[in-house]
Amino acid sequence: MAKKVLTTPISAEDLEDIHVGDVIYLTGKLTTCRDVAHRRVIEEGRKLPVDIRDGAILHAGPIIRQRGEGDYEMVTVGPTTSMRMEKFEEAFIKETGVRLIIGKGGMGEGTMRGRRDNKALHCVFPAGCAVVAATCVEKILSANWKDLGMPETLWTCQVKEFGPLIVSIDTHGRNLFEENKVIFNERKEKVFQEIASQVGFIK
Amino acid sequence: MEREEAVKHMTDVMAKFVAFTGKRLPDDVRAKIEELAQQEEEPLAKAIYKTMERNQELAVKLNRPSCQDTGALQFFIKCGTEFPYMAELPELLRQAVVQATKDAPLRHNAVETFDEYNTGKNVAKNIPSLFWDIAPGRDDCEIYTYMAGGGCSLPGHAKVLMPGEGYEGVTKFVLDVMTSYGLNACPPLLVGVGIGTSVEVAALQSKKALMRRIGSHNPNPKAAKMERLLEDGINAIGLGPQGLRGKNSVLGVNIENSARHPSVIGVAVNVGCWSHRRGHIVFNKELNYTIDSHSEVDF
Repeated sequence: MAKKVLTTPISAEDLEDIHVGDVIYLTGKLTTCRDVAHRRVIEEGRKLPVDIRDGAILHAGPIIRQRGEGDYEMVTVGPTTSMRMEKFEEAFIKETGVRLIIGKGGMGEGTMRGRRDNKALHCVFPAGCAVVAATCVEKILSANWKDLGMPETLWTCQVKEFGPLIVSIDTHGRNLFEENKVIFNERKEKVFQEIASQVGFIK
Repeated sequence: MEREEAVKHMTDVMAKFVAFTGKRLPDDVRAKIEELAQQEEEPLAKAIYKTMERNQELAVKLNRPSCQDTGALQFFIKCGTEFPYMAELPELLRQAVVQATKDAPLRHNAVETFDEYNTGKNVAKNIPSLFWDIAPGRDDCEIYTYMAGGGCSLPGHAKVLMPGEGYEGVTKFVLDVMTSYGLNACPPLLVGVGIGTSVEVAALQSKKALMRRIGSHNPNPKAAKMERLLEDGINAIGLGPQGLRGKNSVLGVNIENSARHPSVIGVAVNVGCWSHRRGHIVFNKELNYTIDSHSEVDF
């Protein structure tokens, strides 16, 4: 099977044939963006200092080494828990026009609606694999909102075949983690009954 | 060794050890991940384990922290009352963290609360966190190092149950955390369960449970039985690597317990992600050290 690589700028049509569970890669510009940046855009009404329309963001806080003034090296970068951004994400997608959000774990109803209505994907990069991710970063192009500190600065990177990215929410209204949760909860009920019958230690 | 020189030596060893634990996982974690990876058959789960394996190889090869979230540093100390450098430990460990932050490098993960700014050094009010146990009469000092990442700290839950809820209630509490928060916290997880009276007792024990080796068991046969039941049960839920389904869910389940007040059962859950960066080092009174968490130590 050919490697599916998305290149920024990404159009709505580029995402049509992509479904949950697919593995894709990203080439082009990718900006790290997480908790406080989302809050600033949505709650504070501030404009994101980087144009991410038809672009991609990564829920992540990297380790960066500064080599000189404005010259940075990506040491490690991996995704952080996307669910923390759920509160803001539907409005964030609408406001910024971002097409691809990369993170860790699932996201909820709001993000799902945002993706379906505005044609955007959520993908998971295998978390904890931060050196693999860093080796896909060719260059750090810019750093914005540096007052937020190293993890929360908006680091805009030039990436090449950044991945593997596992599609967890597609533009067709499917959400892999939510579907899995239904299965997990069914199994949990059975597991609970089995264990509960053997731990009656208070008699 | 002069006292000043000795303190500098111990600071230096701790700085290097902390940096090292961010790059290479402990032996028990590596072995268990390999074992779980071999059991997977689905292409997606296999591909994720393969990426994890490649990442750990690259981290060593490129000498970089294997995960970008090098955590807020925590130290679990068992210090002999006769250990000659006990008084210096708090400042020494703080300095070691500053040094490791620069040398490793580690991500800046200490945000002062209320004033809400990142100190940029990984030290702040009560970070690193020090948890003390005193060992009467001993002259050595045992230290567990732990990088408490955001992802693995987020699922932490504690609750005081009524005795009527029993160990069945404990089971439900643990399982609910697994399917709500656990699946986002980088499975396969090491699950720590603490049982006692009040929340802080249970919570501390749930974290200490994560310092125990994978595959070790609680000395109480009933607690050990519950560890096995929970391990098999959570595995049967099949969270898989990254919560994307697979044959297993956990690296293990460790329970630490203390007695309880008759009116309550305090229970807490803490999890370690697959990248469980725990280290164990013991200094004798001459400050010679042994490391038993990692067999290949090169610093």
